[in-house]
Amino acid sequence: MAESDASPFIDLRAITKRYAGVTALEGVDFAVNPGEAVCLAGENGSGKSTLIKIISGVEQPTEGTIEIDGHAIGQNNPRIAAARGVMVIFQDFSLFPNLPVYENIAYPTQMNAHRRFFDRASARTLAAEVLDRIGVSIDLNERVENLPVAQKQLVAICRALASNAQLIIMDEPTTALTEKEVQRLLGIIRKLKDDGVAVIFVSHKLAEVLEVSEKVVVLRNGNKVAEGPAADFDTQSLTFHMTGRDVPEAKPGAVVAGAETLMRVEGLGKQGVFSDISFDLKVGEILGITGLLGSGRTSLAKALFGLVKPDQGSLTVDGQNIALGDPIAASHARIGYVPEDRLTEGLFLTQSIMRNVAIGRLDDHARGSFLDMKGLFAEASDWIQRLKVKAPDIQAPVQSLSGGNQQRVALARWLSRAPRILILNGPSVGVDVGSKADIHDIIRDLAKDGIGVIVISDDLPELLSTCNRILVMREGRVTDEIDGVTATEADLAHRLAS
Amino acid sequence: MTGFLPKDFWTRNETLVAGVIIAFCAIATISDPLFFTVTTVSDLLRASIVIGILAIGAMLVLVSGGIDVSFTAVAVFAMYAATKIALALWPDMPWPLIFAIAMLVGSVLGAINGIFIAFFKLPTLIVTLGTLSVFRGFLLTFVGSQRISALPPEMRDFSRGVLARGTTEAGNFYSIPWSVLALLGVIVLTWFILQKTMLGRSIYAIGGSQESARRIGINVKWTQFFIYVYVGALAGLAGIIHGSVGRMADPFSLVGLELSVIAAVVLGGARLIGGYGTITGTLLGVALIVIVQNSLIVIGIPTTWQSVTIGLLILLGTGVPAYRAKRAAARAG
Amino acid sequence: MSGGPHRAQSVTEAPEFRLLIIAVAVFALMSFLSPDRFLSTQNLTSMAFQFPEFAILALAMTITMMTGGIDLSVVGVANLSAVVAAIILTSFGDPAMPVSDSLMWLGIALTASLAIGASCGLVNGALVAFFGLPPILATLGSGLVFTGFAIAMTGGSAVMGFPDTVAWLGNERVIGIPVPLILFAVLAYALHIILTRTAFGLRVTMYGANPLAALYAAVDINRMLLKVYVIAGMFSSVAGMVIMSRANSAKADYGSSYLLLAVLIAVLGGVNPYGGYGRVIGVVLAVLSMQFLSSGLNMLQVSNFARELIWGALLIFVMVINTNALIGVRSARASSTK
Repeated sequence: MAESDASPFIDLRAITKRYAGVTALEGVDFAVNPGEAVCLAGENGSGKSTLIKIISGVEQPTEGTIEIDGHAIGQNNPRIAAARGVMVIFQDFSLFPNLPVYENIAYPTQMNAHRRFFDRASARTLAAEVLDRIGVSIDLNERVENLPVAQKQLVAICRALASNAQLIIMDEPTTALTEKEVQRLLGIIRKLKDDGVAVIFVSHKLAEVLEVSEKVVVLRNGNKVAEGPAADFDTQSLTFHMTGRDVPEAKPGAVVAGAETLMRVEGLGKQGVFSDISFDLKVGEILGITGLLGSGRTSLAKALFGLVKPDQGSLTVDGQNIALGDPIAASHARIGYVPEDRLTEGLFLTQSIMRNVAIGRLDDHARGSFLDMKGLFAEASDWIQRLKVKAPDIQAPVQSLSGGNQQRVALARWLSRAPRILILNGPSVGVDVGSKADIHDIIRDLAKDGIGVIVISDDLPELLSTCNRILVMREGRVTDEIDGVTATEADLAHRLAS
Repeated sequence: MTGFLPKDFWTRNETLVAGVIIAFCAIATISDPLFFTVTTVSDLLRASIVIGILAIGAMLVLVSGGIDVSFTAVAVFAMYAATKIALALWPDMPWPLIFAIAMLVGSVLGAINGIFIAFFKLPTLIVTLGTLSVFRGFLLTFVGSQRISALPPEMRDFSRGVLARGTTEAGNFYSIPWSVLALLGVIVLTWFILQKTMLGRSIYAIGGSQESARRIGINVKWTQFFIYVYVGALAGLAGIIHGSVGRMADPFSLVGLELSVIAAVVLGGARLIGGYGTITGTLLGVALIVIVQNSLIVIGIPTTWQSVTIGLLILLGTGVPAYRAKRAAARAG
Repeated sequence: MSGGPHRAQSVTEAPEFRLLIIAVAVFALMSFLSPDRFLSTQNLTSMAFQFPEFAILALAMTITMMTGGIDLSVVGVANLSAVVAAIILTSFGDPAMPVSDSLMWLGIALTASLAIGASCGLVNGALVAFFGLPPILATLGSGLVFTGFAIAMTGGSAVMGFPDTVAWLGNERVIGIPVPLILFAVLAYALHIILTRTAFGLRVTMYGANPLAALYAAVDINRMLLKVYVIAGMFSSVAGMVIMSRANSAKADYGSSYLLLAVLIAVLGGVNPYGGYGRVIGVVLAVLSMQFLSSGLNMLQVSNFARELIWGALLIFVMVINTNALIGVRSARASSTK
C-alpha cells in the first residue's frame, strides 16, 4: 500500500489548459503515488478528460509542470508517457476484435520494442504470464470479439500490464460490468496496487470503486474543488462536490386511487436473457425497473417495445394483445421508447431538430401521398417550446445541442405521438444536473396527464424521486417490488446487490 | 493451429468454398472421367495466375478495411507503359527488367491512391473509382490506344518458358509456365508480410479498428500508404504477366474484371468491414471462380449460364454468413 | 424543408452551390473555346439525347446511396429488362406491322420491362432487408445473375428487328424536346419530390443518417428498403428502354461502363455514399457538368478517352474540396466551442 510520504509517481503542478479562450483547467495540482488508487470525479465538462489527456500526453498544458517517476517532462506526448508506463484504458477498451487475445496483449509491447517481425511464441508466453499475474484464465487464441465485455476489459488491463504499466488510467471502468465482475475487477486492482501499480479511476459513478481507492479528487468547471481520503466521501458528498449544490429531494406524486390498468405483462421470457416477468402498469403510474448491468433490465425494456422478441408470455394494452417482437405494432399501440444511448440509438445527429421530432409523426401529416410540411414544422416547433429546448433554430442539426437538450428532443419525438405508455431507458444519462431535474419534472408531469411511464435506470436517486413503484431485477428475474414513496436509497442499494 | 481443426472450421467461408469445389470436381469427374486430368488442372492453373495475383492485392486492401476497384486499370497501365518503354528504349531489354519497370509503374500509381486515402483521408471506394477512370483515361489518351502484338522478344521468351510440360497417356498436351512461380512468389511474400511482420499484423489491426490502432501508436497513415503501393506493384506484375502470356499488349484488356476479382476474395471469407481475409480463402475463391468460368459445361451447365452461377455463388457465399449473423443477433437480445 | 434564418447562407455553403459554379464555369469555358460548335443547336440537342440514359441510372444509384447502400446491379437490370422487352417486340411484332399494333406491343413490352425492373429491385431489397447482406455484395451478386439471365436468354448476341415505333422513345422529340430528356426530367423531378416531400423519402434520408435510430423510432425499415430497391430497379429499366431504343437493339452487355459512371455522378453530385445526405439537384448538376465537359472536349478534338480521365479527376477534385472544406468548418467550430 501507498506510503503517504513516498515520492509520487506522477506529479502535476498548477496545470492550466486553455482552448481558444476557454479555460478547461485552472491551476490544478494532481499527484498519484505508486500503488495508490485515485478517483477522479467530475461531471461532463468538468475538465477530467482534459486532465487525463494531459497526463497521457495527448494534449499539452498551457501552463504548469509535469513530473513522471521523478523526471520532469518538458514536452509530453503519448509515446513518452507510454514509455514511462502511463497507460489509458478507454471505455471502449480500444482492442482489435478480429485478433486473438495474445496478439492484442502482446502486439504493442513488440511494437514499442521496435521489432520488425512478430514473434508469436514470445507473444503467447508474455500474454500467458500477464494473465497469470492477475490470476485470470482466458483462451489465448480466442478472438476478442467472441469474449464477454468483462473479459475484454481484462484483456485491456493485461495489455497495459504487458507494456509495463506503472499507472493505469481507467475510464468509466464499472459501467459495463455486473456486480460479480466488479468484485473481481476490484480484486485485481488490489493485486496490482500491491505490486506498486498506481490506478486512476475516471468516472461519474464512483460508489463501486471507492472501497479500493485511497484518494478522491473532484473537478468542477476546470477547478479542483475537493481532495481527500476516500473514506471521507460517500455518494452524496461526491454528488454535492461534483454539482456544487444539493439537488432538492423531489418525491413522486401519488397514483390516483383506483386507476385503471393500462398495460399488463404476463410471463414474459426469453431464453438466457430474462424469464417469468409479470407486472401491471396503471394509468398515470411511474414504474421503475432497476438492476445491475446484465440483470436483463435493458433487454426487458426493449422487449416491451418489440425490439427484442421474447419466446413466451404476452403483452396487453387496454386488454388488447400486442404482437411481440414488432416495434411498429408497439408504436401503433402508442407505446414509446426513448433509448439509453442517445447518440447512436436515439437521435439522427446530422439531421435537423425538426426532422428528429417529425420522424414519429410522418404518417399523421400526410396529405395524400405528400407531407404537410407546414403542419409538421408547426407541431415540432410547438413541442420544442413546450419542452424548453434551447436551440437557435429548429432546422439546426441536433448534434449542435447539449446533452440535456438532445434528450428533450428525443422525448419530444415520442410525446408528439401522444403516447399512452412511455418507456425511458436511462432518461438522464450524460445530462447535466440542471437538465436532469427538469427531465424528472417532465416525467412527473407526464404521469399527471395519465401516461403510464416506465423508467429503466440504475441511478437510485432518480428512481426514488420519480417512481411510484420500483421493480428490482437480478439475473433475468424480478426479485423485489418496492414502494417508491417509502423506499430509501440504502434499502434499494441493498436489494440491488444482495 | 495446433494440429486440430480451428474451432470455427465448419462455419468458415473457406470450408464452404472448398466443399463447393470438391463437389464440383466430383460431379465433373463422374460426368466426364477426362475432367480430372493433368491437362485440365494445368489449364485451370494457368487461367488462375493473373486473377490470383490481383486477388491477393484486393484481399490486402479489404483486410485493411478499404476497397480498391482501380487495380485492373493499374495493371493494364503498367503493362502497356512498360512494354512501350521497353520498345522505345531497348527492344531487347531482358524480361526481368521489363517486369521491374511494370511493377515500378504499378507502385507509383498505387502511391497516388495511397496519398488520397492515407493523407487526404478520402473514402477508398470513391478514390479508387476516380483513379480507375483517371489511370485508364490517361493511358488511352497519352500513352497509347493501339494494341501491340510485336512485343519485346524477351517477353515472348518469358511466355514460352515452362517448368514442366508433357503429354498425357491419352495424348493431351499440358504445360506449367514460369508465371506460376510469380504467383507462388507473391503468395509466399504476402503470407510472410501478413503473418510474420509487425507491418502485416498492423494491417489486420487497422482493419479491426482504425481508432484503436491509432491509440496504441500504430502509424496508420504510412501503413495504409504501404498497402496501396504494394498492391499497385502486384497489379503491375499481374498486368505484365497478362501481356506476356497473351503475347499482346492490349490497353483495353483487364479493366472490367475488378468486380469479379473482388467477388472471388469475398467468397474466400474476406469481409468488407475489414480485419478478415486469408490467403488460403482468397486462393480458394479464385479457384472457384476460374473453375466456373472454364469448366461449367463439364457438369452439364451451358456456358451462357456462367454469370448466373457466379452471381448465385456470391449471394450464397456471402448470404449464408450474413443471415446467420443476423439470426444470432436476434437470439442474443 | 421550409426556410429558416440561415437559408441564404446555407445556399452558398451547400456542396450543390459549388457544383452549380462548376457546371456554369464548364459551360462558359466550352462556349468560349468553341462558340460556334459547342453552342450550336445540333450539339445541344445531341447532348440532350446522350446523357439521359446514364443520368437515369445515376438517379437509381442516388436513392440507394441515400440509405447508405449502393446498387451495383443497375446496368444488369437495365439490360435484362431491355432484353425481355426486345424479345417480346421481336417475337410478336415486326417492322411491317401497322402502327396501332406496334404501339400496343410497345406498351406491353414497356410494362413487362418495368415489371422486370421492379422484380429485380424486390430481389435486391429482400437480400438487403431480410437476409442482411451488405448492399454492395448483394447487388454485385444479383447484378451478375440478372446479366446472366440476359445472356442465357439471348445466347449473348444482340436482339434486333423492332417495329419503327420503338425508336420513338430514344430518338424523337415532343414539342422540340428530346424524349429521353423528358423522361429524365420527369424521373428526376419525381425523385426530388419523393425524397423531400413524402414520408417515405424523409425516412430514407433519416435511415441513411442513422439506421439504428430509425429502428428505435419504429420506422418499418424492411418495407422502406424494399421500396428503395424497387424504385432503383424501375428507374434502371427505364434507362434500359432508352438504351434499347437508341441502339435499336438489346444486348446483355450494353452500357457496361455506365455502372461506375452512375456511381461517379451520384458521388460527384454530393450524395453521401454512407447515406443520409443527397439532393437530386446536385446529381442533375453533376450530370450536366460531365456532359458539358465531355461534349466540349469532343468539339475540341480531344479523344474520347480523355473524358474518362477528366471525369475521374473531377470526382477526386470535388471530394478533396468537400472534405477539406468540412475539416475546415469542423476545426473552426471546435475551437470556438471548447
